Amino acid sequence: MPENKGRPNRLGIWGWLGGGRWGAERYLYTLHRVTGLGVLFYFLLHIVVTSSRALGQASWESAMGKVTGPLFTIGEYLVFVALAFHAANGIRLVLIELGFGVGKPIEPVYPYRTSLNVQRPLAVLAMLLAAVLIVMGGLDFFVLGTH
Amino acid sequence: MMRDQKLWTWHVLAGLVILVFAGLHMAIMHLDAILGIFSPAGGHPIDWANVVARGKSLFFTVTYIVLLGAALFHGLYGLRNILLELNFGPALRKAIGVVLLLLGAGLFVYGTWAAVASHTLAKSV
Repeated sequence: MPENKGRPNRLGIWGWLGGGRWGAERYLYTLHRVTGLGVLFYFLLHIVVTSSRALGQASWESAMGKVTGPLFTIGEYLVFVALAFHAANGIRLVLIELGFGVGKPIEPVYPYRTSLNVQRPLAVLAMLLAAVLIVMGGLDFFVLGTH
Repeated sequence: MMRDQKLWTWHVLAGLVILVFAGLHMAIMHLDAILGIFSPAGGHPIDWANVVARGKSLFFTVTYIVLLGAALFHGLYGLRNILLELNFGPALRKAIGVVLLLLGAGLFVYGTWAAVASHTLAKSV
């Protein structure tokens, strides 16, 4: 990560809370970070817990027995929701990074137009994809499945 | 290409790898009632018989390890970027990098051992 030689990040983490003039995409940025940190925390524990399968059936069933119950089911669903959002928004970010969906460069003529308006349909599509996954997961977790 | 540009490119590529393999993992584990894939013994995907069935597969063993490496790199590099935005001094910045690298390397070795050992165990069942 390059040194911050220009304006220091004076707001720190508090800067995540305000979208300001950046609008909806700024909140997607904040949610992307929050969900990423949540999934990372879960993932580090997940590596340790699921490694018990290497020691045989008793070890596996003992480990799984410790992470069952309604609270764990809700927690696991929240991880699913976080991952669905992070994945859908991540696809949007990769597409934008590769130059898709950002519109053609235009002359900076007053009144200036922000490229965020051009990017908005991609954000809406990404959130629709996340919503479909979250609903499917909810059905599986709480209606159809054996969680 | 500068070092951080390279790392950022790897971060994005790791994200795409995670999209494929974590997507498959979530579909198997959490969309089982809808899709019902890769749980040949029936029941819940985490039932021991299903864990053994997937553990026997070289495909699952290899992709677990690939996913493990990609997810550890993507997650810990993302965490490092967030922490480094907080304008810590050079010594603390260096320490954050070293600690996260050691944590990632340690968990990668541990998780790889678990994947290989459970593959060996499943083959013997």
